[in-house]
Amino acid sequence: MVQQRSILKFNIFTFLKYLFLMFILLVIIIPILHVFSVSLSSNIKIMNNEVTIYPKEINFNAYKFVLTDKNVLNAYKNTFIYVIVGTLLSLSVTTAGAYSLSKKRLFFQKGWMIVIIITMFFSGGMIPAFLNVKKLGLYDTMWAVVLPSLVSSWNLIVMKSFFVAFPEEIEESGKIDGLNDLGVFYYLVLPVSKASLSSIGLFYAVGLWNSYFTPFLYLESKARFPLQIVLRSMLVSGTSLNAITLSGGDTAMVPETLKYATVMVSIIPIMAVYPFIQKYFVKGVMVGSIKG
Amino acid sequence: MYNNKNSAINIAHNSIRGNGKKNIMKAIFDSRYLLLLLLPCMVYFILFHYIPMWGVLIAFKDFKVFKGFQNSEWVGFKYFMLFFKSYDMFPVIRNTFLLGAYSIIWGFPMPLIFALVLNEVRNLKFKKLVQTVSYMPHFLSTVVVVGIIQLVLSSTNGVANQVISNLGFEKINFLQKSAYFRSIYIVSDIWQGMGWGAIVYIAALASIDPQLYEAAVIDGANKFVQLVKITLPCIAPTIITLLLLRVGRVLGVGFEKVFLLQNPTIYSTSDVISTFVYRQGMTEGNFSYGTAVGLFNTVINLVFLVSSNTLAKKFSETSLW
Repeated sequence: MVQQRSILKFNIFTFLKYLFLMFILLVIIIPILHVFSVSLSSNIKIMNNEVTIYPKEINFNAYKFVLTDKNVLNAYKNTFIYVIVGTLLSLSVTTAGAYSLSKKRLFFQKGWMIVIIITMFFSGGMIPAFLNVKKLGLYDTMWAVVLPSLVSSWNLIVMKSFFVAFPEEIEESGKIDGLNDLGVFYYLVLPVSKASLSSIGLFYAVGLWNSYFTPFLYLESKARFPLQIVLRSMLVSGTSLNAITLSGGDTAMVPETLKYATVMVSIIPIMAVYPFIQKYFVKGVMVGSIKG
Repeated sequence: MYNNKNSAINIAHNSIRGNGKKNIMKAIFDSRYLLLLLLPCMVYFILFHYIPMWGVLIAFKDFKVFKGFQNSEWVGFKYFMLFFKSYDMFPVIRNTFLLGAYSIIWGFPMPLIFALVLNEVRNLKFKKLVQTVSYMPHFLSTVVVVGIIQLVLSSTNGVANQVISNLGFEKINFLQKSAYFRSIYIVSDIWQGMGWGAIVYIAALASIDPQLYEAAVIDGANKFVQLVKITLPCIAPTIITLLLLRVGRVLGVGFEKVFLLQNPTIYSTSDVISTFVYRQGMTEGNFSYGTAVGLFNTVINLVFLVSSNTLAKKFSETSLW
């Protein structure tokens, strides 16, 4: 009797679990699927409100339009540059700092850590930060996008945890062989730390790809605008920074379709790369949360 | 031999010479390469975090850009008083607080619940699939998420209103009505953050000793009892730490998303301290006023953080410091 009841209970519980999770899956996928579908559908179907989660009368007009727009292409180029330069710089400075902070014998180690943690809780605020960037002469340059967020305290602490866990024996044998700290770091520790370097590097890269506010605050010339700014302009006004681009050439375009296509164009690179790199992100968070 | 701090020679050395400058110089010299590695990092923090901290003094001055910092006159708490007496203060603080509080009440449990349910799933493939899909929205930029919200909820062609009008109701202008703002903000926050936020809990859940569960089953405990008596207590430190961090940030409601979602028609619920500071300081050029309000915000955040940490110390074993 007890056996039967527990099987029944088990089934309902399991059913609810799966239902809940399926619901979550759908809620996450459907909005994106919808945007994807509208971006590929023909005007008529969109205006008749027939497009929900799959495209109807597929055509690529919206994409053709968006991908040949000068502002969009330029913004893509800028974003790539910012992301590559920024990630390389951030990763190098963070890794070097994290390694150094992971060693107890670093002079004033505890002090440096406090200095860094304080910045997580107290800051001058938006306006002093802006005035500071202006004073440093970085306003309206690539450096204003890349330098203010050069080192994220969180990433630094996560990386430090990775290095703290690094086996000392390897470093000691390097010392015996005559390497100094720099040599140990560069020749012994780094090559073996590829996993953590990838995780943190990816965090920085995604952060830079998605950044809107920093470029918005510190950039003025349209030529330097990254993708998110152009995307936002597109979504708000239907134009990618020019006042002219709505007619879509010979085919009349529903302005909305352009918006949907621009959104897709901004997220496709991330989504394409995501399945392959998501495990690096997860590892990074797990270590960070448990140790930090 | 000389590197070992505890060797007889070194102990003798130290007790004869005593601690002093020599030891500090030695410590610096020994870690000179490490200090070199640390240098760029520290330069960054000083240049971009500590120097701007002095900027808060602008809040106490009547800062004029052409006069510069030195020549602008001190006005003490004038701008703070201006803020406290203004019509803006109450709605702005209320909005910030409510948005932060609701976001904790609704948003904090979701990743936990998600992780708990996911933990019960036996089918590994399905579990992985759900997990992977769930953190995908975290990688979308704020601009994209707000863009999707605005497209879906648009009162002209948005799919939400299509469904509503197909069902026979009148279209709702979600984005222009202040009443909807908080819900839109929080629901989309959950949509974006639930999967990612669950990672920490999933890791914590995975580290619970299965023997505890086995013992409980033998003692006749059902799933619910197991949850309350084993699972929750085991991950309580994680939950409390994360909750503390959340509460400490309750008034630090992020700028970007609110800024992108709001428009003047809905300022009554959507204007928060950070967007208010932005408008005052950057758009209207009232640098001193904006900085004063911003400083007020930072101080309040600190107060919240310290209080919640103190509370946590009193009632549990976990606290941030």
